[in-house]
Amino acid sequence: MQIRRIFLDKVNGFWMVFSMITILIIPFIIGVGLYLKAAPLFENQSLLKLIFSSSWAPSTGEFGFWPFITGSLYVTLLSFLFTAPVCLFAAIYLTQFSSPGLIRVMHPVIDVLAGLPSVIYGVWGILVIVPFVSDYAAPFFGTSSSGYSVLSGGIVLAVMCIPYTLNMLIEVFNTVPNGLKEASLSLGATMWESVKHVVIRGNYPGIISAYGLGIAKAFGETIAVMMVVGNMVNTSGNPFEAAYPLPALIANNYGEMLSIPMYNAALMFAAFLLFIIILMINLFFRYLIHKTKRQ
Amino acid sequence: MELIETKTNNKVLASKQIVSEASSILRVKDLNVFAGHHHILKNVELEIPRNKITVLIGPSGCGKTTLLKCINKLTDLYKELKVSGSIFIDKDDILNTDTNIPALRQKMGLLSQRPYPLPVSIYKNVAYGLKLKGVRDKKLIDFSVEKHLREVGLWEEVKNRLNSPATRLSIGQQQRLCLARGLAVKPSIILADEPTSSLDPISSKIIENLFKDLTKHYTIILVTHVLRQAIRLADHVIFMNDGEIIEQGSPEILFKSPKTEQLRAYLVDGN
Amino acid sequence: MRRVKIIEEKFFIWISAFMTYSLIAVLIFIILVIFIKGFGALNWDMVLKTPRGGYYYGGEGGVLNAIIGSLYIAVGATLIAIIIGVPAALYLNVQLIRYRRTQNTIRYFLDALWGIPSIVYGAFGFSLMIFFGMNASLLAGIITVALLIVPIMVRTFDEVLSTIPKGLHEASLALGSTRTETAFKVLFKQGFPGFITAVLLSFGRGIGDAASVLFTAGYTDNIPVNLDEPAATLPLAIFFQLGSPIPEVRDRAFASAIILTGIILTISIGARILSKRYSRTNLT
Repeated sequence: MQIRRIFLDKVNGFWMVFSMITILIIPFIIGVGLYLKAAPLFENQSLLKLIFSSSWAPSTGEFGFWPFITGSLYVTLLSFLFTAPVCLFAAIYLTQFSSPGLIRVMHPVIDVLAGLPSVIYGVWGILVIVPFVSDYAAPFFGTSSSGYSVLSGGIVLAVMCIPYTLNMLIEVFNTVPNGLKEASLSLGATMWESVKHVVIRGNYPGIISAYGLGIAKAFGETIAVMMVVGNMVNTSGNPFEAAYPLPALIANNYGEMLSIPMYNAALMFAAFLLFIIILMINLFFRYLIHKTKRQ
Repeated sequence: MELIETKTNNKVLASKQIVSEASSILRVKDLNVFAGHHHILKNVELEIPRNKITVLIGPSGCGKTTLLKCINKLTDLYKELKVSGSIFIDKDDILNTDTNIPALRQKMGLLSQRPYPLPVSIYKNVAYGLKLKGVRDKKLIDFSVEKHLREVGLWEEVKNRLNSPATRLSIGQQQRLCLARGLAVKPSIILADEPTSSLDPISSKIIENLFKDLTKHYTIILVTHVLRQAIRLADHVIFMNDGEIIEQGSPEILFKSPKTEQLRAYLVDGN
Repeated sequence: MRRVKIIEEKFFIWISAFMTYSLIAVLIFIILVIFIKGFGALNWDMVLKTPRGGYYYGGEGGVLNAIIGSLYIAVGATLIAIIIGVPAALYLNVQLIRYRRTQNTIRYFLDALWGIPSIVYGAFGFSLMIFFGMNASLLAGIITVALLIVPIMVRTFDEVLSTIPKGLHEASLALGSTRTETAFKVLFKQGFPGFITAVLLSFGRGIGDAASVLFTAGYTDNIPVNLDEPAATLPLAIFFQLGSPIPEVRDRAFASAIILTGIILTISIGARILSKRYSRTNLT
């Protein structure tokens, strides 16, 4: 009996340590693995040229990622412009002004929406946003558009990221103690002034982190964007035209990447770029959150 | 017991004055507060004498803090609370008018159980209320910040770091800063909700002494759990239990010869 | 002065309310659009049959292949995530309980990993697959999705474990249990509602993710029987069918979207009910 107990104890103990270590080294393996796969690309092109060159011709071995990077940035930026004000005001309303009943209903709803797969948002984008952009938004601004555009990508991404960002903002605003609001009110502030000075200004790091993490999520999002953004290289900056973000580049070309030399390396480089950029953003803003939590 | 005796002798005169002057600054009539089916305050009636320290005592959860929040209309913040009745300050019924609530709240300084310095610098904490009032004159604000920080004895300690965050001060300093911040908007009443409960004895002593001085210009309503503190400071005592006012009157009468069994039991437990 | 303040306050409260309610409207709109659009094409064949005549051109049959494939992948990945994730979460809360800094650093790191996009996992899984000379298959899909959901599993479970009072832990040690026994017997039992939530959350994430299985699981009209066969998945079924030139096939994509949404809704409602029930029985 005793021997069995000690044996089980040893096995389980080893199992725990082993899993912890495995989990912690997985990201390093991913990073190193992607880097090694991308390494052949650096043999005849410099990193700077890869990132800043705009010529993309896989068959001749030219891989300039600039249009894809800007495409990603553009869609992400647009989505941020939609997400930021809506989330901020909605989070303020839900935590400060609305009846307690509304937030009790909204919490599970937001959770469910944050858990909806991105392909569902993509379907919705194709059904609603794409026709809206081609039939209403573009004619309104005096241009024409197929609807598969940067604007559609931005809107779909925004709607996708809203539950995620909103959730974080609500969490941040809920940590403001009532006493602080009471202090501000008792000094003669209106409710809005208290919210402005205590809830918003006192939580700058939290708000910025929620936004930052939302941006990182938008930047790496693949399927939903790919379904509505058009997937054509285009650097005109016109939001009614198509774009080709980095994740879509990887997802669209995996089929042929083994048949063209270096193509494989180029796509793995794209994945490596995404990994590094998003990991950095995440590490930075998570650090900000952890630091402010400790205070 | 001795403590009460000496206090009593000093206070006989004072309490007579309360009765004769009858100049109450604040009158509560028929105040009822509900949270759902929970009856938190039941038909509360009371008067607060001007420029005196009124002490609210009673077991935890008896509604002292809620009463204080009603006076300040901070109950607005808690949407689940239903408040009815009237509270008169001077002649205005603050519960039943759409008076300028922020201005009304500026008539009252609030000191809570834990200090809540605003997440800005020391200077801006004190200047906060003034800026809300629309004061833009830098010299006036500077003057007022210094004056009120001196008033609470904090000026010498912080004058060289007015622009550092208020949260870096010690808890005792923070509580005094909160008091200075409240005084800067020139209130006539100070509402203090167990202001010393999170402080060390020395800081508590400072706050208590400040309160005694402040009665020259301010009316103070103090909620406390420390019976000795109540005895040391009170000019007028209100004892509450389970949402009701059980006894109120001058401290020598209440503390020496409580009329009700509830108060007697409370005093025995407290000592 | 006062007027301005009142107008400012009114304005901002109005704008916040407006944003909130329009947000709610949009979100309801999404669900409605998906359901209305897909309802016409939804029938029992969709759920019970595999596609006939190819998923891309054939208008007949259903998406049973994708439903089964998705379930296989999500179940397999969740199992792997449990095997690796649960002991890791316990380790974090038992062995490391005295090292707050290490604990927080690991949490911080896992939180950051949570944000890595699934396409990166997909690309990595694909490289791994090539490295081991495998083809796109059920197994490759399961491993890739497992990598994706392990951080979610660990952090969600850990979040609940970390709220368990230290006293319980000390009591167990005082009764003569080893740390490992405390972890698996006491903490696991006490954190069981968290475990359920973690499993369902990971499962939901696994079944809904498209970018990670795109390269690794492949796509097929058949139901996979072996681990080395490719497997269709629901998100990809939606994605590929939408690309078809035939309207009937596109309608089937919308119907598939309802099926996927239904699965996700069931999981998240189930998670709420189960975690509530277990936490109730645990408290008494």
